[in-house]
Amino acid sequence: MKPNKENLYTHVTLGITLLSVGFIDIFFNTFLNFNITGFFPSIISYLSPLILGSFGLYFIRIEYSGNKILDAINKNLNSSNSNAILSLIVIFILIKYVPSLLNWFIFDANFLGNTKEDCTGDGACWVFVRVWFNRFMYGMYPDAEQWRINFSFILLLVSIGSIFILPNKFKKYIILFLLFIFPVIALNLISGGIFGLEWIETGAWGGLSLTFIVSAFALIFCFPIGVFLALGRRSDLPAIRYSSIGFIELWRGVPLITVLFMSAVMFPMFLPDGTYMDKLMRVIIAITLFEAAYMAEVVRGGLQALPRGQYDAAKSLGMGYWRMHFLIILPQALKLVIPGIANTFLALVKDTPLIFVVGLLELAGMIGLAKTNPKWLGMATEGYVFAALVFWIICFSMSRYSQNLEKKLSTER
Amino acid sequence: MTNIIQLKNVNKWFDKFQVLKEINLEVKPKEKIVVCGPSGSGKSTLIRCINRLEEHQEGSIVVDGNEISVNTKNIENIRAEVGMVFQQFNLFPHLSILDNCSLAPIWVKKLPKKKAEELAMENLKRVQIEDQAKKFPGQLSGGQQQRAAIARALCMEPKIMLFDEPTSALDPEMIKEVLDVMVDLAKGGMTMIVVTHEMGFAKEVADNMIFMDEGRIVEKAKTNDFFENPKSDRTKLFLSQIL
Repeated sequence: MKPNKENLYTHVTLGITLLSVGFIDIFFNTFLNFNITGFFPSIISYLSPLILGSFGLYFIRIEYSGNKILDAINKNLNSSNSNAILSLIVIFILIKYVPSLLNWFIFDANFLGNTKEDCTGDGACWVFVRVWFNRFMYGMYPDAEQWRINFSFILLLVSIGSIFILPNKFKKYIILFLLFIFPVIALNLISGGIFGLEWIETGAWGGLSLTFIVSAFALIFCFPIGVFLALGRRSDLPAIRYSSIGFIELWRGVPLITVLFMSAVMFPMFLPDGTYMDKLMRVIIAITLFEAAYMAEVVRGGLQALPRGQYDAAKSLGMGYWRMHFLIILPQALKLVIPGIANTFLALVKDTPLIFVVGLLELAGMIGLAKTNPKWLGMATEGYVFAALVFWIICFSMSRYSQNLEKKLSTER
Repeated sequence: MTNIIQLKNVNKWFDKFQVLKEINLEVKPKEKIVVCGPSGSGKSTLIRCINRLEEHQEGSIVVDGNEISVNTKNIENIRAEVGMVFQQFNLFPHLSILDNCSLAPIWVKKLPKKKAEELAMENLKRVQIEDQAKKFPGQLSGGQQQRAAIARALCMEPKIMLFDEPTSALDPEMIKEVLDVMVDLAKGGMTMIVVTHEMGFAKEVADNMIFMDEGRIVEKAKTNDFFENPKSDRTKLFLSQIL
């Protein structure tokens, strides 16, 4: 009776029948609230789709049947009993939960309207996000001046895009522009106070644009600082080595939230009287130094993975410390630790909401503020799901980019 | 003729273990010396001391008139004049063969990029792998990689070449192609110190042989004398096992 090629048709018919009954069972259960196997004892009734399905899959498990579709199913979903059961469980979970999730997100959700009362469906109230969208993006930045943020952002996108389009000759100028000139332009444009632009204090900055500003500056600065700390930790000079170790261990040993708090409250005490440093600036410095300590350890991992022969070869060609590190050692070490660097960068972006402790509200902070508005109580779920979605899109693109970079730089074939 | 390399009473310790004991050695320009001996006898350490990949603790090492000291600028200049070829090739895997060869001339000798690449191609032609110039080290066979490593060292136009067991990590078939390149180089008049177990190569090119054991130079002799009538018993034993 074992399924084989001779009795192919009986077995396949039997198997498909059993599978269909199993799927009909789960469909009735999920969408019509009707249990067609209700006459069994409850535990068997509960597991009936699984039992029927796995028997069905057992009967159609015929090697080299000659039918391409059947062979593909058997190879990928049905290679053994345990594989069959796992496949069924995954399919059943998708059938049971994806539709209700979609209902909440889209089909039962409300998109139109201006107040909470317009949300009449059972699903999500996206009206909340729509009405507050402007605040979620720009914080308390005055509406009339928001073109400045938009302009900076578009300039950023255009220059990044042109790196991929323009020939190699111009690439380095664009990168230099992005690293050194663009931050100055963007910062002056957004804060204003020159060229007749209205001065907008950093307390008013907020929303997603603040997320971008904080992350971008911290990313740009924490990387080189981390690299130098990693080199310092491996230095032969005790003064440099021990101060690097001390710096790294100090920052790694304290929670970010306390660092931010100290940067806002305690740091001004150490400044000479009369000097003032912007709160946002202090926060960016704090996050930068905090993440630089992590970056240093990631980079050190890469440095240690390189064989000693690479150092020997570089030295034997007459290269000094800096040439050896910048031409030979770092290019290889950094390539090795791209996944680790991406990890640190993602953690940095996702740490930015913590700046709420000093009163700066980026995307998640603005949502936290909006949900306490008396007219919009009870919208926390929609707000935070939106925040999660936005952060996921940002982080996923960074992750994809790092994977592409890894492939592009690979010289082993 | 003045000596291009001169070692006087060199002693070196790894912690408490003494790897080099009272080493005295003179090398004349264009002289070829082959160093042999059992593993752990200090051969590699000896030649690594000559370009200060290892530090010696006592005695003096003078290379081309410059004494090796803690002055790093001095050491970089010496290293630029002393080429080295390693057992494990140590090519830079993130750079193409051409870039491997032209990198140091560009950044250390400050040659213009175009000139450095011409020089690199010239030397790659000399070791007969000019057709591999655009490839990465990982795509080459062991023998080709070692020849590329020799070309890389030659691009610095060194006065002295040090070879640290250049054929020990190679398949038997590939040993010959690397040795051929080294024989060519020797005939071209390069000053060479070679640590190797290839006695056929030693007989062909070496002016002088050095046999080391337990950190000492046990025997130094003209190549013919060394093989025909070795003086010390330790050398005789070693030769009887290796030949």
